[in-house]
Order: sequence, then C-alpha cells, then structure tokens
Amino acid sequence: MGRLNSKDVLALREMSAEEMTLILDTAESMKDIIGREIKKVPTLRGRTVVTLFYEPSTRTRTSFELAGKYMSADTVNLATTTSAVVKGETLRDTAKTLEMMGSDMIIMRHPVSGSCHLLSRVLKCSVINAGDGMHEHPTQGLLDIFTMRQKKGRVEGLKVAVVGDIYHSRVARSNIWGLTRLGAEVTVTGPSTLLPPMVEEMGVKVTSRVEEALEGADVVNVLRLQLERQKGGLFPTIREYSRMFGVNRERLARAKPDVLLMHPGPMNRGVEISSEVADAVYSSINEQVTNGVAIRMAVLFLLLGGGEAA
Amino acid sequence: MRILIKGGRVIDPARGIDRQGDILVDGDRIGEGGGADRIIEAGGLWVVPGLIDLHVHLREPGFEYKEDLASGTRAAARGGFTTVAAMANTSPVTDSRAAVEWMVRAAAERGVVNVLPVGAVSKGQKGEELAELGDMAEGGAVAFSDDGHPVANGELMRCALQYAAMWGRPVISHCEEPKLAGEGVMNLGYWSTVLGLRGMPAAAEAAMVARDIMLAELTGGHLHLAHLSTAASVALVRDAKARGLGVTAEVTPHHLVLTDEAVNEYRYDTDTKVNPPLRTAGDIEALVGALADGVIDAIATDHAPHHRDDKDVEYNYAAFGISGLETALGLVLTRLVKTGRLDVMGAIRALTAGPAGVLGLDRGTLAVGSPADVTVIDPERKWTVDPGTFASKGKNTPFKGWELQGRAVLTVVAGRIVHEELA
Repeated sequence: MGRLNSKDVLALREMSAEEMTLILDTAESMKDIIGREIKKVPTLRGRTVVTLFYEPSTRTRTSFELAGKYMSADTVNLATTTSAVVKGETLRDTAKTLEMMGSDMIIMRHPVSGSCHLLSRVLKCSVINAGDGMHEHPTQGLLDIFTMRQKKGRVEGLKVAVVGDIYHSRVARSNIWGLTRLGAEVTVTGPSTLLPPMVEEMGVKVTSRVEEALEGADVVNVLRLQLERQKGGLFPTIREYSRMFGVNRERLARAKPDVLLMHPGPMNRGVEISSEVADAVYSSINEQVTNGVAIRMAVLFLLLGGGEAA
Repeated sequence: MRILIKGGRVIDPARGIDRQGDILVDGDRIGEGGGADRIIEAGGLWVVPGLIDLHVHLREPGFEYKEDLASGTRAAARGGFTTVAAMANTSPVTDSRAAVEWMVRAAAERGVVNVLPVGAVSKGQKGEELAELGDMAEGGAVAFSDDGHPVANGELMRCALQYAAMWGRPVISHCEEPKLAGEGVMNLGYWSTVLGLRGMPAAAEAAMVARDIMLAELTGGHLHLAHLSTAASVALVRDAKARGLGVTAEVTPHHLVLTDEAVNEYRYDTDTKVNPPLRTAGDIEALVGALADGVIDAIATDHAPHHRDDKDVEYNYAAFGISGLETALGLVLTRLVKTGRLDVMGAIRALTAGPAGVLGLDRGTLAVGSPADVTVIDPERKWTVDPGTFASKGKNTPFKGWELQGRAVLTVVAGRIVHEELA
C-alpha cells in the first residue's frame, strides 16, 4: 500500500493525483467496515485524534470522530466559539498544548484561510484541514469525488458543474483542484460578484449563465448560499438570486438525463436549489454521509496507520 | 574631528558626480583640504550622501515593545540611513506641537541618526478635524500624514493640502479607498483566489491616488504619495508630473522585489502581509520603470517593525508591515542595480537627493558645507539576511535567508561614526 507524501492533509492543490487516488481506493475498503455489524477494527488503537473546531459543524466533526472510533483511536473534541485571538490563548499555544498532551493528530476547522498551514509549521503531529476560511476543505472535496466516482464509475472525463458562491467557498476550491487533477472537466457558475477573479486560471471554465454550465453535465454540485452575502451587496435579493441562478427542474433538464445532483448541505430550499429537485438530492445524500466517514477513515489510516487495512 | 574618506568612488547624484575622490568630514560639515585625525581607505567602496528614508515607523511613544527611538535609529544606521522621517501613528499620535517637539528632543538624546517628525493631518488621525499643522510645522514637523489611516474624507484632504502649503510642507498620502480595500489582507488577484484570502484591488489605491492628484491640482499644495504599489498609480503620477503638478512619490523595496505569489510560496507566512499588499510582476515592472525615469522620486522603506506576538497568528489577525531599514540597500543593489534594471546613479538618487528634494532638505549631497552625513557602501560585500542580527526590534521580514550583495559598511551622521563594519 502506498503512502501520502506529507504528514498533513491541508489542501487538494498540494496533493498529487496518485495520492488522491490512493485515498479514494482506501476509502472503498473502509466503506466495507462501516457496512459491518461490528464497526470496529483495531488499526489505530493507542492513537489519539483531536478535533479542534473554531467554527460550528456537526456533519464534518461527527464523521471525523466516527472515523477515528471505528478504527479504535481515542478521539477528543474541542469546540470553541472564541475565534478572536485577543480573547485568550493563541492558536499556536492551544495547538502546542494539545500536542504536548500526546495527540497524534489535530483535525482543525478555522474561519481564517491558512490557519492549518500555521498549525502544520508549529506541530510535529499530523494536521488535517477540516475547512479553513475560504481556502479549502480537502476531505469534503475527496468525498464529493468519491461519490462521483462511485455513481459514474470514473472521474476522468466527467463534466462537472459547480454552482453558486464560488468566491467564498472552500468546498468549491477543493472540488476544482481535486477534479481537474483527476481529469474531470469543471465549469463554475454563479453571479459574477460571487466568482473570484482569475478563477479560470485554476483550470476551469467560467460562466455566469447557469444554463450554459449545466449543458450536458454529468454532475451538478450546488453550493450552499450564505444568505448574509446579500447584505454585503454581492447580489440584490434572495428572490433574484433564486430566479436567475437557482438550480431548478427546468435548468437541470439541460444536463445529462442521468445527472448526479449534489449539495454539501445544509440546503436553502427555494434559494440555490428548488424544492422539487432538492428531493432528488436526497437519494445521494445518505450515501454521501457514509462516504464522508469512509474518506476520513482512509485519511486517518494513511496518516496514522502502520500496517494493512483490516 | 576630521575624517578623510580616501580614494572611494564618490557618487553624488545631486551634483551629477560619479568619480574617484576623497571626502573630508570636518566636524559636522563636509569640508575640504587635507589634514585628518583619521583616514579611511575607501578603495573599491562607494562614498555616497547619507541615505534618507522618508517613511519609517519608530513606534515610540506607545509601542516600545515593537521598536523605540534607540533601536529604530540603530537599525537605520546599520542600513546606511542617516536621516529618517518618523510617521505619526504612535500613541499618543504626533498631532500637536508638544508631541513634535518631544520627538525632536527624545530623538536627539537617544537616537543615532537624524529623526524628522511627520505630524498627523487630523487630530488623533481620526480623519475628522485638521490638526494644528502650522504649530507643528514651526515645532519641526517636516510633513503631515495620517499614514496607516487613509484620509477618506475628501474635503479634509483638500483643506490639509491647501493649509500645509502655507508652510511649504507636503501632505503624505497613504492612498487606499477604505470600502474598496475592505477587509483585504493581500492583493486581489489570482493568488487571493487560490489562497481564499480577501483581496484589496489595485483600484483601491489608484482611485485614491487619482482623487488626491485632483486635490493637489485644485489647491496647488504639495502631495507626496506614500508607498506606491500599482501600475495604475504610476500612470496617474506620470500624467500629473507631466502636467507640472506638485506631486511626488515613493516606492518601497519590498514592492519592487516581491509579488503576491510570495503569500503562496511562503505558505501564508504573515511576514508577507503588508499594506499596500505585494502586487504583481506587471506592477513591479511599472514601478521600476518609474524609478528609472524619475517619475517616482524616492525609495522609502515603510519600516514597520512588529513584535512576533503581532505576527505569529492567523493571517487575517496578523499586523501589516515589514521591518525594512536593514535590508533596503542590499535589496536595491542586488535585485535592481546588479540585474541592470536601475543604474547606480538612479538607485543612489532615489535614496539621497530624491527624498531630500521631496522634503526640501539641505541634505542628500556631499557638497562642501553640507551636513556631514555620509554612507560608505561595499558593493561587493555578500551577506545573508538574518533577522537575529537586526538592530531593529522588528524581526518581521520576508527576506530572511536571502543572499544579498552590497551593504553599508560605514555610516556617518553629523560627523559622528554611528555604524562601522569596514573590512
């Protein structure tokens, strides 16, 4: 079995196609474990994994925790809402303290882009980025790709449309790097104010016409719209957003008949996605949750595990 | 004390001189003739007027944990600078004659180079009411600036330019349209997109440069533009100068040698976080061109020392700024002169006669009778940037580990040797 090139998983941009494929392949066998009646293998016994979340999350944090537990690691969750450094201990000090307590891995979510890079510089133990600011959310990207690969049987050559607030989305960035590196053809779309400058140089097609982006798509990944962006003046009203950029049945008809519709959740029904197509998403959502655990098991195993998968 | 600096390459852009010769330091003035208490053999070295930095933050009073007058001026001396203009964003703000006079006195006591106070434009640098510019001018303020806080209020800027002109003082503008710059922490462009950091568009600077140039035209005042960073700003200044307006400008060494890609290469190292932000290769090209043809008058460091506690945090939370006094000369010589993008005379002018002209100083030349501020440069000396050796308390530099060639080996201020590392 192969290895990852780094002690950390910080960004899919920093990962080779081979490494990503290794994680995806490993996740296949991990998924078998989740399907068993007794979901426990001793692989990471004696290893300690800490989740350190400076932003609220249920899905991601829980799936990391379960991933650790299914492989017998000791897991500790640290949630904090104090993101401002002035309020207390610095990130560096908090992380150092956790490492000194014997943590083998810190899984962090943080509102500031690049914070996991800071952590990885300071710590000897492994660091996993569970979402940093607007930068990346590598395990989400991998689980999206894992789901695509499972449903479509391949990643290379897939036409994938990513729809919505690309500007502020770490999920979008991880999708872009992961998918393009594995040979998919990615189009990003949304109102021009929510498309970051020069995003085309990341190797994607860019359009503000959702219809154009959905034309012939194998996969449509709809991002969650943060409703407070409207107050910042980035688009006039929720109503207009929904009318011009929302994914609905009519627009989706332009995609391939067997299109896979995805959404990282939680959905704003009637905003970025209409209710009638939102229900169709649910067919893959349950699968997605399981896949999320499998991907995280794979990453934990590849970074911490010594031997073969059980 | 008479010091004869003998046989060096004397470069004095103010007089268009570049030839082998001797320079005699006679007390606190440049003298002539022979007979010296000390002779310094300067064969192979450059003898230039003491370097002048229009833009430093010495942090005293109020932020002595970052820098103080003693450490900041030692850093200047080590970098070859004999005169620095100290920005007003201290605590309390330098916005009164008392504060200006305190600075002059304290710097004379504790500083090793000439410190010229810059007074605030507005009371408390709040951008609301004009500070007592006249009183401060009489107390020794050489210019006025709310640097660090852009003057968003156009009417206040208009009044400042018009009012300061009565004392022949420039208003130094930190050009940044606050709403456009928003919460940006780096240049808006490809790398801010990739790194997911909020960007400040080049237009946030250029829009304000345009406004201020129009106000300079309206008032006839002297506008000095601090730390230009964009090609668009350069075009505006070029046009303003062609029209004969009272506009001068400076650029920092870091904006001449680093692009926004550094934030990626340095993996979010906050030593790359500076305001205005590091821009693009195209901007650098325009800035170097403007220096070469005199559209930009001066190289100024915007020396912004910070304590590691202010930098060793998440990117968005880190302070803006680079500790620049001790690397400026080496960067200019290595990256601009040695590479042939700027000639020696142009580089030395931007560090001497250029900034002296901006402030109307009787310095920046080695003419007989001038203040005896002299810098001797070894253009061959190779060295590695090691913040651990900095005299500045601010070790925040993205140039750590850089191999540079050329440094100040002797700095003389008013006839006194304040830095010496002759071979």
